[in-house]
Amino acid sequence: MSQDVATHCPYCALQCGMTLRRTDSGVRVLPRRFPTNRGGLCQKGWTAAELLDHPNRLTTPLLRDRPDGDLRPASWTEALDRVEAGIRRVQTAYGRDAVAVFGGGGLTNEKAYALGKFARVVLGTRNIDYNGRFCMSSAAAAGNRAFGVDRGLPFPLADLATADTLLLVGANVAETMPPLVRYLVEQRQRGGTLIVIDPRVTATARQATLHLQPTPGTDLAVANALLHIALAEGWLDKDYIAARTTGFTEVRRVVASYWPARVEQLSGVPVADLEAAARALGTAERAIILTARGAEQHAKGVDTVTAFINLALALGLPGRPGSGYGCLTGQGNGQGGREHGQKADQLPGYRRIDDPAARAHVAAVWGVRPETLPGPGLSAYELLSALGTADGPKALLVFGSNPVVSAPRAARVTARLRALDLLVVADFVRSETAELADVVLPTAQWAEEDGTMTNLEGRVLRRRALRPPPAGVRTDLEILADLAGRLAPVTAAGAGLRFPVEPREVFAELRHASAGGIADYAGISWERIDAEDGVFWPCPEPNLPGSPRMFTDRFPTPDGRARFVPVEYRPADEEPTPDYPLYLTTGRVLAQYQSGAQTRRIAPLRTAAPGAFVELHPDLAVRLGIDDGDEVRVTSRRGEMRAPARLSPGIRPDTVFAPFHWPGTARINSVTSDALDPVSRMPEFKVCAVRVEKA
Amino acid sequence: MTVGTSGNRIVIVGHGMAGARLAAELPAHSPDVKVTVLGAEPHRAYNRIMLSSLLAGTVDESGVELAEAAGHGIAVRPGVRVTAVDPAAHTVATDRGDMLGYDHLVLATGGRALVPPVRGLDPERLPARVAVFRTLDDCRRILAVAARARRAVVLGGGLLGLEAARGLAARGLDVQVVHPVGHLMERQLDPAAGAVLARTLAGLGVTTHLEVAATAVDAGPDGVRLALSDGRELETDLLVLSCGVRPEVTLARAAGLTVNRGVVVDDRLRTSDPDISALGDCAEHDGVVTGLVAPAWEQARVLARVLTGENPRERYRPRPPVTRLKAAGIDLAAMGDPEGGGDPDVEELSFSDPARGTYARLRIVGERLTAAIMLGDNPSVGTVIQLFDRGAPVPLDRRTLLLGRSRDAAAPTTTESPALMPDAATVCQCNTVRKGALVRSWRAGARTMDDLVAATRATTGCGSCRDAVEGILDWLSAVDTPDTAEEVAA
Repeated sequence: MSQDVATHCPYCALQCGMTLRRTDSGVRVLPRRFPTNRGGLCQKGWTAAELLDHPNRLTTPLLRDRPDGDLRPASWTEALDRVEAGIRRVQTAYGRDAVAVFGGGGLTNEKAYALGKFARVVLGTRNIDYNGRFCMSSAAAAGNRAFGVDRGLPFPLADLATADTLLLVGANVAETMPPLVRYLVEQRQRGGTLIVIDPRVTATARQATLHLQPTPGTDLAVANALLHIALAEGWLDKDYIAARTTGFTEVRRVVASYWPARVEQLSGVPVADLEAAARALGTAERAIILTARGAEQHAKGVDTVTAFINLALALGLPGRPGSGYGCLTGQGNGQGGREHGQKADQLPGYRRIDDPAARAHVAAVWGVRPETLPGPGLSAYELLSALGTADGPKALLVFGSNPVVSAPRAARVTARLRALDLLVVADFVRSETAELADVVLPTAQWAEEDGTMTNLEGRVLRRRALRPPPAGVRTDLEILADLAGRLAPVTAAGAGLRFPVEPREVFAELRHASAGGIADYAGISWERIDAEDGVFWPCPEPNLPGSPRMFTDRFPTPDGRARFVPVEYRPADEEPTPDYPLYLTTGRVLAQYQSGAQTRRIAPLRTAAPGAFVELHPDLAVRLGIDDGDEVRVTSRRGEMRAPARLSPGIRPDTVFAPFHWPGTARINSVTSDALDPVSRMPEFKVCAVRVEKA
Repeated sequence: MTVGTSGNRIVIVGHGMAGARLAAELPAHSPDVKVTVLGAEPHRAYNRIMLSSLLAGTVDESGVELAEAAGHGIAVRPGVRVTAVDPAAHTVATDRGDMLGYDHLVLATGGRALVPPVRGLDPERLPARVAVFRTLDDCRRILAVAARARRAVVLGGGLLGLEAARGLAARGLDVQVVHPVGHLMERQLDPAAGAVLARTLAGLGVTTHLEVAATAVDAGPDGVRLALSDGRELETDLLVLSCGVRPEVTLARAAGLTVNRGVVVDDRLRTSDPDISALGDCAEHDGVVTGLVAPAWEQARVLARVLTGENPRERYRPRPPVTRLKAAGIDLAAMGDPEGGGDPDVEELSFSDPARGTYARLRIVGERLTAAIMLGDNPSVGTVIQLFDRGAPVPLDRRTLLLGRSRDAAAPTTTESPALMPDAATVCQCNTVRKGALVRSWRAGARTMDDLVAATRATTGCGSCRDAVEGILDWLSAVDTPDTAEEVAA
């Protein structure tokens, strides 16, 4: 006897449609035709159900009795008693901001919303942020600055297939979201030009018509050069610039300094290739520019994205049918996760927490006085690196994140986590972060809960439960309700705080909280999502359609125009020196996801991608006396990692690459830089200076 | 903060590429400085590099404007010429009759285009149809004549002269270049490259006359006649002089600063007066006046950090320049000494395809590029420039320096024929399906595409391996018997 449920993959922001089938021999995954994945699944999706009944699955809370002791099984009552007592002790000794919350871009909208509310009204702390800061923050800040809104793709994914020219900047979709490549294949079959900018010949770059392979950290200069060329060749859309934008003159003057030969020397991209790329974009009827982490995870990530947005605006792309700029969101709910209040400076509906009107609206929905809401708190890395310091938080609750592996300068982050008075981790496996916790709370998995996710298109989707969680496991919403019940009467003086455990009820509240905000979900219901293959926000009214295509008439800025912002190239925070002569860049492999806490436990994925590696050019390997497969050590000013060498002629000889999915001595984030973007506070994962030697 | 001996007032004389860049850099390093920029030209900052595009007509004047760091404690005064510097009083006098005090003075006076000593040319009073090519005003003069001209002659076949020539040719003018040396751009090119370049230019409508000097100019209202040393005479509508640039050192010399060819500066860009610096085309560092933008901007970066105290130890370390000429139909990069020394360890690589205008010659000493000329279609040019500029080791396979990226970097495995593909080759990346798995599934009874897909999940990710999987299926069907299949799968 079998039972089917239509849901979506638990992993990336593509949120491929899949059917889960409950059979006598366990849960099976079947691909499902959905407008995004069109029936495709990668190996991660096919094997996603293997974690449901995995032996490593946590089904009981764990407690640590002494700092040097082991985690031991405990009852929920004992575990929650410990959490409650620990929080109260820290609050009494150090104040409310001393309890911090760290969320994740994989949480459903309902959970992200409840978590933000819990932090603000139960804990009363300003210190809540999430791992999406490491993903989307640069593109988000640049999008807000230019368009007045941050929706990853302001058009449906299907538009990619009809673009005459498609530019991917720092996006290795063939590994990070393989089913999306179906659109690239279709685009090329229609005769389109695919341009990829990446310092490596990635699986995606191999499919490109034109591959630009710049020095890490020089994308901004490349973008300015492309605009310089488009300007000099007369490819700009002057009518669009005049009618729909402001600020072009100053951008024009800035890009005048980025003549192609200058940028060629800076980036190593030949002038002829810069010209070919500019021509393909500038003369196309339909052109789309997409950025991803390769362009964004820099201390100048916001400005780099802005440079590509400037290019898109100057060519008149955003809002034109089949054209535009977009960013490829990474985590499953990276989009919704950044809209509903788990970000330090945000309230639900993509509202700013320092906006009095936003505070008043949300406070009314929550039944609290606006002045009781805390202000903006620390950004993700700043929060993690302040843990356990004199002025920093002394207790941390982690939901849906594994910063021990995924945060930059991870050895420091690990030390800070160890310095806490109380670390609580809600997860369904013993992640590397859970291993450090005082209390681990076992949570439900994606196939055991209902809710909504907002994919990379801004399309709100339904996640549907196939089965209830196993005995001993609670959902994140239940945990928050439990803790609110224990902590709220004191913190909020019985002000009628609601923490429903039913996702549908939470979504109903979220609709009210987001109403009138930038990311307005007020008109979206679960029934509409079911009926319409998802609903695109903003959707302010139940009887109005969603917004698959934005910016067709105006931009959501005060004057309705998009804003050009002049941006200048600057070197990476760390450039190579004689002691650290190479660039390091980091990224992902197809068969693993993020910190690997889930995918490293799945046998077929472990077989496909068993461990970290250090990719380097054969010439560099010869100079360093390294053979393919040799164990090598990568050292930066912050730390080192070890992994086998993988020789590849597809990487620049001045650059090495390592994927970040692995912990321990193979953790490349021990090496990465914690330089932050001044606007987005995005760490500079994508470039730092290292030394490589045979281990 | 203090930038001079007493205060934070910086006066920059000159608002060209160097002066404007310094003005833009200063407030980034220190918000407290008070900067006044005095520019003799009556324009806002503009990009001299783009003047040839202006000549070519691909951009208008607004397209060459540069961003100015206005506000931020910076006052820019265009059209103000400095007439004297008084180092003792720490003042400069301007042609507006006013006097400015400074704590630190920066000379960025640039260079002046040379007018060759040819009969009929008075440097102070050039005829209407004769112009030098250095400033925006020069450009306007040239364009005013070019608008009604059919022919132009450029005197001087160096980089700037050729930029002007190709710009005018792009406007449709019939352009001739007169060059006194045996090949074009002799400071950057060897004779063979010069010959290829001349042929390339010919294809763009630019004729070259080599090894011939101008002896006299006779300019009238309707045309110019140029007499050459070989007795010929060229008639033209427009004569552009591109015979070199001399550092503008008049102020520095009058102020008693040490002046050689340019204003002599040390590694901090300091002149012989500790409260006066100089940079750009007017400055001479270590015996060199660069005349190029890249070193001038590096000097601006260093000087900004030194002056604001952000890094008083910062020093200017010149890097060998790269000369680049890139326009529609021309792609030339040259770096290092084209003739080179007689180093016994030098490796020399070359490639020449004159019919297609391609020429490459590289010198390597001790795994480093010491010189390179690349003309025409050279896909590796970006790499070569970076390797030279950064002093990075060259590829072990030297051919990649001439031919671009090594071919194996881009070859996906799935294009191989199924018979030759090793069993371990991954056919479907998205689901890590190797050829061996497909063969095994076929042997186990999966005889259609749907069967193979269901058994292995191949093609269910991005779908781009579909052709490869179908190819393997066809091959297996052709091989036919399980026994043979067993052999190939072994």
